[in-house]
Amino acid sequence: MSELAIRMSEVSKKYPYFTLDNIHLDVPQGQIMGLIGPNGAGKSTTIRILMGLVHPDRGEVRVLGQRMPQNQVAAKWDIGFASEDMRLYDSMTVGWHMHFIQSIYSNWDAAYAGLLLKRFGLPAMQKVKGLSHGQRVKAALLLILARRPKLLVLDEPTTGLDPVARHEILRELTGVMADEGRTILFSSHHTQDVEQISDQITFIDRGRIIDSMDKEQYLDRWRRLRLEVPNGIELPSLPGVIEVKRSGRLAVAIANAFVADLPNAYETSGARVHAVESMTLEEIFVANVEHSREEVEA
Amino acid sequence: MTGDGAFAISQSDKRPMYLQIMEHMKQRVAVGDWAEGQAIPSIRQMAVDLQVSVITVKRAYLELEREGVIVTQQGKGSRVASTPGLGGRLREQELEQHLEQATRIAAMLGMRPKELEHRLREAGDRIAGEPVAEKGTI
Repeated sequence: MSELAIRMSEVSKKYPYFTLDNIHLDVPQGQIMGLIGPNGAGKSTTIRILMGLVHPDRGEVRVLGQRMPQNQVAAKWDIGFASEDMRLYDSMTVGWHMHFIQSIYSNWDAAYAGLLLKRFGLPAMQKVKGLSHGQRVKAALLLILARRPKLLVLDEPTTGLDPVARHEILRELTGVMADEGRTILFSSHHTQDVEQISDQITFIDRGRIIDSMDKEQYLDRWRRLRLEVPNGIELPSLPGVIEVKRSGRLAVAIANAFVADLPNAYETSGARVHAVESMTLEEIFVANVEHSREEVEA
Repeated sequence: MTGDGAFAISQSDKRPMYLQIMEHMKQRVAVGDWAEGQAIPSIRQMAVDLQVSVITVKRAYLELEREGVIVTQQGKGSRVASTPGLGGRLREQELEQHLEQATRIAAMLGMRPKELEHRLREAGDRIAGEPVAEKGTI
């Protein structure tokens, strides 16, 4: 088995209006973990806890083998962290920042930094205050990528970016994976990005982890069945089916634990299966959040 | 890192990504870019080239191995299977899949095989009269 780059167990944190509840999260080394969930679900809080920026009320956090927050100084040499509220100095240039980081981190790769500057189309001599949002995000990412950290922790790295900039960033992140000793954890609203580059997926909603597993296995469990149901036939409730919507003779069933027998079971009940479709992560995201909220309220 | 410029994940393609990758790799064999027995990139390298997750590429490789298109040896990497005529077989497979799909839809519409045959001939006539730009769209 591969080593774990991140291990959070039984982590809880209570705020007046929000509780992160019993979070268990394992991220294997050499993989990309995508963290998804609605606004306010607890993605950023989870990231802050694992970076040692927020102290949990309970639970244990280990990052690259170091206990957090106790050993965060040692761990952070090998972690590259970027979040929205991380600021660059407005009156300084991108080049100044590059020199600054280089003077602190001995593993700074100047050749790679130069390459990234070109690939991201960043003007080295321009002051940060003159940069666009996309350029700032890319500059911040350059500063951590060029250190070649063992672990990248990125809170919403592609939010607010145009499609070209997003694509540039996804390319660099998948490029990091050429080295199987490196690991990435990132959060995103862009389900498309998560679906494309993640090896593992973790779903968070309302402070709880709903699902956390291998992406291929996860996508494979979900299917949408398009059915034709003759008048007078009642659709049976079948295991693994979380939602059925019917209108006239047409019905759509969504399964979150699909098995090859499921279409046959509908056929046996008198319905006709027109199609069995795989679902995008975006479609699963919406269905899953709605379903888990119904379960909580029920 | 050269990348694979000829591959593009399509968001309008309803098939899962691993199937799209399988299709792309089969095409490489079908058109002769990858010869029988030729070594192909490692899973990790392919993931970097295609800019998709390692786990998705791994799944595509596993399925292709199951279908006998590639062979993977522990520690030695993967290569195209040394099956004579593999490229031609893959091209034919694509046709078969489309024919099966058409047959299934025809059955759903209550069409008899004779009728489907007739419709196929009609489709052939239509395509013969089309400008090149329209060809190949499904």
